[in-house]
Amino acid sequence: MSDSGYKSGSNLEKVLKAGHFAFTGECGPPKGANVGHLKEKMEPLRDMVDAINVTDNQTAVVRMSSKAASALMVMAGLEPNFQMVCRDRNRIAIQSDILGASALGIRNMLCLSGDHQQFGNHPESKNVFDIDSIQLIAVAKKMRDEGKFINDEAIDEPPKIFIGAASNPFGDPWQFRAHRLANKIDAGADFIQTQCIYNMERFREFMKQAVDMGLTGKTHILAGVTPMKSAGMANYMAKFVPGMDVPQELIKRLKGVDKKMQAEEGIKFALEQIEEFKQMEGVAGVHLMAIEWEHRVPEIAERAGVLPRPKVD
Amino acid sequence: MIVADRKPLDEIQEMIKDYDKIMLVGCKGCVTVCNVGGLKEVQILASALRIGRKKDGRTLHVEERMLERQCDPEYIEQLRDSYDSVDAVLSMACGVGPQFLSETYPSQRFYPTVNTKFFGGAVQHGIWDERCAGCGTCVIHYFDGLCPIARCSKSLQHGPCGGSADGKCEISKETECIWDTIVKKKVDQGRLEDLRLYRAPKDWRTARDGGPRRSIREELVK
Ligand code: SF4
Ligand code: SF4
Repeated sequence: MSDSGYKSGSNLEKVLKAGHFAFTGECGPPKGANVGHLKEKMEPLRDMVDAINVTDNQTAVVRMSSKAASALMVMAGLEPNFQMVCRDRNRIAIQSDILGASALGIRNMLCLSGDHQQFGNHPESKNVFDIDSIQLIAVAKKMRDEGKFINDEAIDEPPKIFIGAASNPFGDPWQFRAHRLANKIDAGADFIQTQCIYNMERFREFMKQAVDMGLTGKTHILAGVTPMKSAGMANYMAKFVPGMDVPQELIKRLKGVDKKMQAEEGIKFALEQIEEFKQMEGVAGVHLMAIEWEHRVPEIAERAGVLPRPKVD
Repeated sequence: MIVADRKPLDEIQEMIKDYDKIMLVGCKGCVTVCNVGGLKEVQILASALRIGRKKDGRTLHVEERMLERQCDPEYIEQLRDSYDSVDAVLSMACGVGPQFLSETYPSQRFYPTVNTKFFGGAVQHGIWDERCAGCGTCVIHYFDGLCPIARCSKSLQHGPCGGSADGKCEISKETECIWDTIVKKKVDQGRLEDLRLYRAPKDWRTARDGGPRRSIREELVK
């Protein structure tokens, strides 16, 4: 821990430690070296969120590297949450990228296994999976707190990184989800961002279990929200996205309004969720994944009543 | 055992298109058990190749041979007197066979007729599944005798990932999520706590990542 008492001193860490309800966003880097395109996606999030997740070749589709896009955000005065998957890097590249990210001023990192390359646009590729996401969390923590690589060699200047992990409260087998969350926290996850939540009933149960297990006192859990743009999108997610739980009632609710009004109905549902999360025991904030909808974030943040974002020194 | 699939006929025909006389060598080991390179399969492939060639108005001579094993120099030697009487030799053994042949008879040309896939077994008649990736350091006792290294699509030592749904892996509804099975077995045995333990990154030196491997049994080395 640094002299300031912060692990990395990221804005997200400060906001969470000060006890504010955090609000994070997400941005997928472009399918090219187009910095202008990245700026178009990230600029609407300025002052609207505490940190912006930068996805790492999400769904195994090749895009600008998440480290480079994160560094571009730092240069533009925005705070990235650098996502790193285990699919494409062995422990040599992982540790090197953690050092590089820290050197570039990146202060948050989200540790993920990564979608299998079968989903993406290079299904012929070889994957790595040298270590898994829980080991990745432990490695980042060891590098930061002990100043050591996996092999116990000393690091001359440890990285300053606020360590995040993902949790899917709806993945199977359900008996194990809270335990898996506990494993991630034990490994060193400072914060958790959940998979998009649609089934509020199941999420309430999951949070209750997390609170009962004493997990919420050891980490900061941000509830994942992705507004549905249409009933079609809801249907698609229910059917084709593994590990996603979209209740039929929600699909019905979206279908119940005129096609032109479905996006608004999706936002309304998201706003109701955020309102509930603000009150829910153990929930420290919301992670808003407005996929290809970055320009709508200011409006959603405004209507969710999370503005202005707190400034903590 | 080692499980393999027969290469498509046209791929094999393309390999031998310039030859008139070939030898087709089967193996009585794993490939016989998984019905891909035993006596029956040698006979079937030999006639398919002959018939195919006849359609082109040419004749193909195929000498059919069976070896006890193709992963043992002792049996490979049995071809010494005949290997160069043909234009090329096709092996129906796993990837080991054509290599042992090639190393023993450097002047001849050898071709594989099967795609060697994995270490596994028959889960029902006609269906074989992978069980082991030969990582060189077996850890399945931590997972109740089930191997996440070979059977989880991401080789996770801490699973399941968020993509596990209804017992299936995120990569396909046809693929079992072995982590789902591991967790359920732990739940049934009341030992879910076992999965709360942290497992250090694996040492992959004993797997292929440490380079080609060798196994030495000192007491047997003369
Ligand atoms: S742990 Fe290694 S040796 Fe054991 S079954 Fe799995 S891949 Fe094979
Ligand atoms: S779904 Fe299961 S088998 Fe597939 S990658 Fe995830 S944990 Fe492994």
